[in-house]
Amino acid sequence: MIDNSKTGMSLIVKTITRLTVGLILLFGIYIVLHGHLSPGGGFAGGVIIALSFVHLMLAFGKEVVTSKISKNLASNLESIGALMFLSIAAIGFFGGSFFLNILKKGEPFELFSAGTIPLSNLAISLKVGIGLLAIFLALVILEGAKKER
Amino acid sequence: MNTVNIIPLFVIIPLFSAFFISFIGRFVKRAYINLVSVIACSSLLFLSFSGLNLLRSSAAPALVYKIGGWAPPFGICMVLDGLTNFMLITVNLVAFFVSIYSLNYMDKYTDRPKFLTLFFLMLTGMNGLIVTGDLFNLFVFLEIASIASYALVAFGTEAEELEASFKYTIMGSLASSFIFVGIAFLYGFTSTLNMADMASILSAKQNIWIVNFVAVLFLMGFGLKAALMPFHGWIADAHPSAPASISAMLSGVLIKTLGIYALMRVFFNVLGMTDAYLSVLMFLGSLSIIVAVILALSQWDLKRLLAYHSISQIGYVVLGIGLGTPLGILGGLFHLFNHSIFKSLLFLTSGAIDYSTGTRDLKEMSGLREKLPVTAKTNLIASMSIAGIPPFNGFFSKLIIIFACIQKGCIGYALAAVIGSILTLASFTKVQKFAFFGELKEKYKAITEVPLAMKLSMIGLAIICILGGFLLLPSFRFFLNDAVGVLLEGRDYAKIILK
Repeated sequence: MIDNSKTGMSLIVKTITRLTVGLILLFGIYIVLHGHLSPGGGFAGGVIIALSFVHLMLAFGKEVVTSKISKNLASNLESIGALMFLSIAAIGFFGGSFFLNILKKGEPFELFSAGTIPLSNLAISLKVGIGLLAIFLALVILEGAKKER
Repeated sequence: MNTVNIIPLFVIIPLFSAFFISFIGRFVKRAYINLVSVIACSSLLFLSFSGLNLLRSSAAPALVYKIGGWAPPFGICMVLDGLTNFMLITVNLVAFFVSIYSLNYMDKYTDRPKFLTLFFLMLTGMNGLIVTGDLFNLFVFLEIASIASYALVAFGTEAEELEASFKYTIMGSLASSFIFVGIAFLYGFTSTLNMADMASILSAKQNIWIVNFVAVLFLMGFGLKAALMPFHGWIADAHPSAPASISAMLSGVLIKTLGIYALMRVFFNVLGMTDAYLSVLMFLGSLSIIVAVILALSQWDLKRLLAYHSISQIGYVVLGIGLGTPLGILGGLFHLFNHSIFKSLLFLTSGAIDYSTGTRDLKEMSGLREKLPVTAKTNLIASMSIAGIPPFNGFFSKLIIIFACIQKGCIGYALAAVIGSILTLASFTKVQKFAFFGELKEKYKAITEVPLAMKLSMIGLAIICILGGFLLLPSFRFFLNDAVGVLLEGRDYAKIILK
């Protein structure tokens, strides 16, 4: 599907996309995982991860992503992200308060530190990334339906 | 569970239900989704009453919940005081009856999980806005509730509904921007977002122009959300287009929570009320009362007529609160509660008529009293409540507002309230005559009364309409008096929260 020359944009765009899309995805993951140490976090990282998929769709045509991730799967994952974030917040009740950070804080500036904050970042990135992708998918699918009519 | 830990549950339960329903909606039968929604709404209602009980038994003026264990000026706090309790009970009472009504009513529409997800997100926004003690948190919850309601207005996805929703979205975003800019100015000036801390910093500085500037921004923003008269353009389209159960939520509680409650909280407890603000509120209130009711008189679309009456009744609430006297605020808040009950009942009955006959046009209906006895009777009760006929709840609150006007010496405003009430009566006489009395039309011979769940919720609300006046009895009066006390304490709110 990726090598189909009929769909998507020109060869130049496809080649550049091949080179950059992995880096974009990796940068998004870095922003999410480093959210508690450096600027950024779940929201920004989630957006960057979603953009890497959008980038693929723009360059190679929508089937590259729609064949892997259906709209239903996207909205299910989005709900799971929201529920994960809520349950991480509710874990705090075991320590006595909503949103209380009860896990071990660890060494400052280490990757595995800051208790529940990296987990919250992961949940937010899932919610935001998949949510943005679902919006884009909905727009793409609606546009396709309009053309068929 | 009778501890302070129940406060965050007002946000957790609807938020969890929203995403849980959206997640399981595709896999399970509709009965289970309905069950989740009813359980969530009834537990919220139960929690609001236990919150009232908790505050009464603790004998403190306010209970403060520290999120994540961080103390108020630095962390975000949630506050449970008299006004919060009052609003929580109002919102969750209406939400409970609406959720029961929707069990049958939403059969007309497809995709119930999406409806319930949006419904619970709206409820999250409203409950969160009420309990929060942080100004930016208030804005975030306000946006959650607004955005969910934009989508719900467009739920039928017909051309008319999409247009109404678009209009509502534009006006609502404008309002949100005003509120946001106002909050940004206050944050820049006081370097804090906690409402109590902000109030104490503002009261330490005298005569500052920024407070007046921010007050104007907030008046426009919250006034737009509350559909006060010069800012009412969206309501006449948005309310008729939404499904009836959502119209009931929008008119019954959304405009009050997002508009009136936020306005009261910010003006009385943070900015500090002055006579200038009060006179503006009184003027806008009486303008809404008179102009909206005149606009309502000429409407033939039942739900559009009710939407204009929402503006008019909001005018009564704002007039009462704008008087600034204890009696006036009592009347305003009592009318807020009563209006949320009878206006949601009116919207639910209009939905029941739509469900059975398929029309909202008053000229099309006639003699429905024979075929829809429960709808006709509950609608009659609600109509008499809104018009202010003596034994019903609307009479008492309007009477208190008129007395408070006279007590303060504002005879003109009292006269406006009386004229508004008479015109309301005229308007609802028209509804009764055209919809329920007269000859039954040939094409409606075959219609039947609405299903059981819809009947039950309408009857429940009608009973509250009849019994609402009892809230003024000395043994129940604390419910209103505590809320009035919070507004009257003004910026002393800061001392209570931060102590």
